[in-house]
Amino acid sequence: MAERTYLEALRDGLREEMARDENVFILGEDVGAYGGAFKVTDGFVQEFGAERVIDTPISETAIVGAAAGAAHMGFRPVAEMQFIDFIACAYDILTNYVATARYRAGLATPIVVRGPSGGYVRGGPFHSQNPEAAFFHTPGLKLVCPATARDAKGLIKAAVRDDDPVIYFEHKYLYRRIKEDLPEGEDLLTPIGKARVAREGTDLTVVTWSAMVWKVLEAAEQLEQADGASLEVIDLRTLVPMDEETMFASVRKTNRALIVHEDTRTGGVAGEITARLNERVFEWLDAPIKRVTAHDTPLPYAPTLEDFVLPQTSDVVSAARWLLAY
Amino acid sequence: MTSKAGLASATPVPAGLDQAQLRDLYYFLRLTRALEERLVNLYRQGKIVGGLYRSLGQEGESVASAYALEDGDILSPLIRNLGSMLVRGARPIEILRQYMAKATSPTSGREMNIHFNDLRLGYLGQISPLGDMVPVMAGIALSFKMRREPRVGLVYVGDGATSTGAFHEGANFAAVHRLPLVMIVENNGYAYSTPTSQQAATPRLAAKGKAYGIRALTVDGNDVFAVYRGAKDAVERARVGDGPTLLEVITYRRKGHAEHDDQRYQPDDEIRKWEKADPLDRFVERVQRGGWIPSQELGDIDARVTQELDAAVTECENDPVPVGDTALPHVFAEPAAAERLWFRQIDG
Repeated sequence: MAERTYLEALRDGLREEMARDENVFILGEDVGAYGGAFKVTDGFVQEFGAERVIDTPISETAIVGAAAGAAHMGFRPVAEMQFIDFIACAYDILTNYVATARYRAGLATPIVVRGPSGGYVRGGPFHSQNPEAAFFHTPGLKLVCPATARDAKGLIKAAVRDDDPVIYFEHKYLYRRIKEDLPEGEDLLTPIGKARVAREGTDLTVVTWSAMVWKVLEAAEQLEQADGASLEVIDLRTLVPMDEETMFASVRKTNRALIVHEDTRTGGVAGEITARLNERVFEWLDAPIKRVTAHDTPLPYAPTLEDFVLPQTSDVVSAARWLLAY
Repeated sequence: MTSKAGLASATPVPAGLDQAQLRDLYYFLRLTRALEERLVNLYRQGKIVGGLYRSLGQEGESVASAYALEDGDILSPLIRNLGSMLVRGARPIEILRQYMAKATSPTSGREMNIHFNDLRLGYLGQISPLGDMVPVMAGIALSFKMRREPRVGLVYVGDGATSTGAFHEGANFAAVHRLPLVMIVENNGYAYSTPTSQQAATPRLAAKGKAYGIRALTVDGNDVFAVYRGAKDAVERARVGDGPTLLEVITYRRKGHAEHDDQRYQPDDEIRKWEKADPLDRFVERVQRGGWIPSQELGDIDARVTQELDAAVTECENDPVPVGDTALPHVFAEPAAAERLWFRQIDG
């Protein structure tokens, strides 16, 4: 076992996949000589050479498009968005082309597009977003959002091996803040489309993912200590395909559901989860399904503003108490 | 000069072509035009699903540029590059099945007209948000370079698409990485109704390649030999590692954007002027003047095309349309099919 941060685990996973399969290569802005803006690919160009760790012009459409073209030819490219906010520049080619190539004309496009997402780091409006909902809506793209170091590694390895395009949202708040002992020399894979029960409980199901998992676990601990309440925390890990059965089974047990995400409320993934719970486990519910999300604003810079807009542990505690008392 | 076929010619065949290749070129030119004429008939009979897009007047540059490629090369066509697809081995019946949305079509009815792939034969279907094919084809060219394969990518770009960001990103990417990619910029005068003069302030779209350090030339797009010569040179340079070329071909879209378009924005005298520069007529005139293909042989090729298309149309018309729920599979490799929604699972 070796203690690895979330970022190191992601790096290990990428490096292992590049060593395992010569068809895996990396392209993006500053990924080579500099090792990436957050150093995810630090040392890769020395280890694998500039042909497999390709520095590109600032051209997100070209990065994703070239990855797609190479993927059609049997490569498994991993494209880095320097910040996931900039994936919006490649929205057209991802949604119109990459997502549809298999369906429209039988062309496999096994690419991974990954990048640092999320707030709580005072990154300001252009460097803090969670653009998951924009892609959640498009059939043909898989979306993964690891919360733990183990899953940061397991999901990047699974994403590289997946035959479909995968967008990998890595949370920059977690990069160096969380650590975990991970087995060495073991092929650690997290299945795409399988949720994890992060904490077992009986009174309320909280469905969440990415950095919010940690805030929800913190809230669950506080509620157990203060109120004796038992929260079950589901870490979805993958948004598409979504592990509905794990959520449904939990809600059938607890009869209450709260969905917590860092993205803004309107059109957010929580709305879709609410609808699916309503359609499938309505009879088991003893309370309305509720959401805790960011407020519907761009994400401001000042710490006081950012902390107000983003969901906090205390918000989860309040919402959970409201539901438990219903 | 004596050709492979042993026929003595009055003058040498240009562009390094032999007489068998000239017959080939004529076959594809004629096939493209005749297939589109069949499609017009089917369209008027209401048998085409959706729109019909003609390449009348542009068959020359499509066929000639595609003909410059070798086995193993890959091109990506625009809607007016039916001729390029046929040269690469797409069969007329596949085009007909696509246009008529048949279950037997290469995309099982999921996609229209020429939107289908065969990477083994060497074509990647068009991507309608224009310009996107440039980065994707740059990626295919990148794969050739990474594997050190002597293969070339060729991508068509319309005058309109040279205004898109994707074109510029892809062209720059190909230039920086010196990829084996040939860009054929088809300057046909109009992007839907917008004349090239309102698309770009530069009179020569080749300038857009030069700005990125890409070798760029402009040729007469209705001269099959000039396009072939320019494309062949570009393809061979790309093949030996000399990087991308942008070849601007000057041509003219004699029909509307699609069959429904009344072309009110195209002056009559402009259309008539370009009718006189028809690429197929010019090709025939050249080969006859050069004594390279006897008239009788041209007639034989015409008859062969007619026969092939008769058979293809008959076969296609009898093909089934797809069953509705075959729309569900293959969104992903895994899961294998999209969920059939609940209201289609309950009894009415």
